Amino acid sequence: MADRYIEPETPELRARWGGFAFTPASDAKARDAISHYPEGRQKSAVMALLDIAQRQVGEETATQGWLPIPVMEYVASYLDMPIIRVVEVATFYTMYNLVPVGKFHVQVCGTTPCMLRGSDDIMETCKKRGMAKGHTTADGMWTLTEVECMGNCSSAPMVQINDDNFEDLTSERLDAVLDSLAAGGSPKAGTQEPGRHTVEPSGGPTSLKQMVDANHDYRDEW
Amino acid sequence: MPTVKVDGQEIEVPAGATVLQACELAGKEIPRFCYHERLSIAGNCRMCLVEVKPGPPKPQASCALPATDGQEIRTDSEMVKKAREGVMEFLLINHPLDCPICDQGGECDLQDQSVAYGRGGSRYDENKRAVTEKYMGPLIKTTMTRCIHCTRCVRFSEEIAGVDEIGALYRGENMQITTYLEHAVKHELSANVIDLCPVGALTSRPYAFEARPWELKKTLGIDVMDALGANIRIDSRGREVMRALPRLNDDVNEEWLADKSRYAVDGLTRRRLDKVWIRQTSGENRGKLEAATWDDAFKKIKAAKPGKDIAAVYGDLLDCETMFAAKALLGAMGSTLIEGRQSGMTYDTSNLAAVNFNTTLAGIENADAVLIVGSQIRHEAPLLNVRLRKAVKRGAKVFVVGPEWETTYPATFLGNDLGVLNSLSSDVTDAMSKAERPAIILGGAALGRGALGKALALAGEWNVVREGWNGFNSLHFSASRMGGLMLGLAQAGGMADLIAAKPKVLLALGSDEVDFTKFPDTLKVFIGHHGDKGAHAADVILPAAAYTEKSGTYVNIEGRVQRSEKAVFAPGDAREDWTILRALADALGVTVGFDTFEQLRAAMFADTPALANEGLADFGMALPAGGGDASGEIAAYPVADYYLTNAICRASPTMQRCSAELLHGQDFAEAAE
Repeated sequence: MADRYIEPETPELRARWGGFAFTPASDAKARDAISHYPEGRQKSAVMALLDIAQRQVGEETATQGWLPIPVMEYVASYLDMPIIRVVEVATFYTMYNLVPVGKFHVQVCGTTPCMLRGSDDIMETCKKRGMAKGHTTADGMWTLTEVECMGNCSSAPMVQINDDNFEDLTSERLDAVLDSLAAGGSPKAGTQEPGRHTVEPSGGPTSLKQMVDANHDYRDEW
Repeated sequence: MPTVKVDGQEIEVPAGATVLQACELAGKEIPRFCYHERLSIAGNCRMCLVEVKPGPPKPQASCALPATDGQEIRTDSEMVKKAREGVMEFLLINHPLDCPICDQGGECDLQDQSVAYGRGGSRYDENKRAVTEKYMGPLIKTTMTRCIHCTRCVRFSEEIAGVDEIGALYRGENMQITTYLEHAVKHELSANVIDLCPVGALTSRPYAFEARPWELKKTLGIDVMDALGANIRIDSRGREVMRALPRLNDDVNEEWLADKSRYAVDGLTRRRLDKVWIRQTSGENRGKLEAATWDDAFKKIKAAKPGKDIAAVYGDLLDCETMFAAKALLGAMGSTLIEGRQSGMTYDTSNLAAVNFNTTLAGIENADAVLIVGSQIRHEAPLLNVRLRKAVKRGAKVFVVGPEWETTYPATFLGNDLGVLNSLSSDVTDAMSKAERPAIILGGAALGRGALGKALALAGEWNVVREGWNGFNSLHFSASRMGGLMLGLAQAGGMADLIAAKPKVLLALGSDEVDFTKFPDTLKVFIGHHGDKGAHAADVILPAAAYTEKSGTYVNIEGRVQRSEKAVFAPGDAREDWTILRALADALGVTVGFDTFEQLRAAMFADTPALANEGLADFGMALPAGGGDASGEIAAYPVADYYLTNAICRASPTMQRCSAELLHGQDFAEAAE
């Protein structure tokens, strides 16, 4: 896991984000999230609210968004909870960005299944395009992070870019995705293997074949 | 009551007990780091693993496992031994081998338990984790590389102190304990996390690199920084008190201690009076203090020919023996003019039950409605605030009359004007009159403005004294107050009576808060230990002993008689207070009836038998009727600066820094290294 740290609090940061408040749309979402919990348990909505806040910051900065200290403070006061408890949550989960990110946050999975299926090449491809682990490119387009398992092992290797997963990658396929994104396109999310839908076995099923169309009782055959 | 078998020994345990508690009841020692009796169960250190049947065939964390009927627990099996060795090895993976330079060395849970339960060596040869230093304020020194993530400090500040300031950021191996943006921890109980920390991650900053625990002489003492009478252990080396630590006493301080009680001890070696001083009345040094001998001083006092025109005023930190010696001396001279309420309070002291904390500190936890009148509890009695927080957690409602302060629990503020007591809103009266165990707490700001009568009337109205419950409480913040009142040392008119009497000699016994300008023609003799306000105004200064330098009897707010032992000798020419008063009696040609400390105590017990027995004194359940209306605006609470309330704290550099940094916002944060 990449070393995470909180963006230091500076007067500039305070000046930029000190006045943060939910837009009416975010506010409605936040109230909805809080309404899922019983009266007085509004703190339970902290994760949802941090996400809403991060997305709003993302909209304002045209990136995936991140959580400046004043924004976390806003969420804490919104939920009437101690700020340290909010920071604990935000620092625990890697999907909350603690530092500014680029327009596209490229999260390359490097855990064992992806590594065996060639995530090193994927990482190399990213680096060739000028990205560096834990950094944002100078043009503000790309942030590269190496992450642990994203649960897409059967379509490894994969990267997550903002809200979408791109799976079954090779260097070429990743290049195509990144080129398309850079050009303002929206490449197809999910598996990049031609002919594959989701994570079904490539080349047809290899086991439980009789279950494909209808239920089948295998117990006689045991 | 489930019956369990621990290592073959069958025992019955209370319902709801954990396996760890069951093992302790059976006399087995279970190593632990994160588990603490007074905190919630975290179960994250894994050190308390035991083998439990029935259950999965693997060791289980006993602290978080409820004991159930028929369990067979083994704490001595091979599996348990291996499990403990394994956990210990994991804990030590990232723990630096700092013991020789670590202040926790010698009183470190990790050190002790690795000797007792570890495997003797590590198989880990990768790099260890290093964590950047964190700033936690002037009292807590951090070395976070040593942290084993037990989260005791986090749970303490959240659950006991009620101030969410410490948290665990990041996750897994990168987890770090810190305060929000490394701000200083700003509450009065912050230093208790130092005691809770099982390793050397949080240690005492003022005490850093001062001494090793095995060099220290431990003396059992009673704290005098507030009127709670917290039980402390005074650790001294040679003639210096190095630190004060809390002792376990569930009736008084549980196992906590307020920061002031813990850290004011470095004031004991500074600004001390260690010589006799006399203010010159003639010559070129007129008006200046000059060092003198005891004989000179006594001659000067004798020359004032006090006769029965002698008065005494006692300070906040005095023990009963000193006060009694003064009473005996004045009695022999034919005077009864002794007073201790230095700020001029005049509340009625004829019935001590009305000025006592009758509910007791442990009892207040059971209150279900509390009306606090004129008290900033966090500053006047921080450990009482912990008890009140527990009461609120159990469902108590709290109402406060007085300026708003930051409570650590939900409370309703009713306004600054004491007049609000005359016409309380129906919310308050309903809550108080319908409560099963209502309590009234009357603070100094209310006592000083004559609200005692009204509070007693309300107590009668709400029937706060009932079968098995006495809910009427006065809260003092002078350690000497209850003792002085029990000895009968109070005037009906308070300090005004002393001023009106125009005594020839005024004995100021460690009293620093008196307005001495009201005694212009009086010879002011200061008998005390610190060169503070009292000494500045004195004509004769006789150096005396501080609370760590004399044995003494103290009575806390609930009327609990406790004895403190002498830890070190007073510096220089300073003497124990009672010996000074005894010598003064000789100089003035009167007899006081005691020559030794034992005789003094015997005489004191004969005078006030309640002081002879340690424990709660009985003031009876009957409260005076009270009556009248309360009035007056509480503009501010009497404790203006929590860290600088008496001569010892004012002399303490640690307390001065706490005051400047934590209360007045001065910036001391260390530059990044």
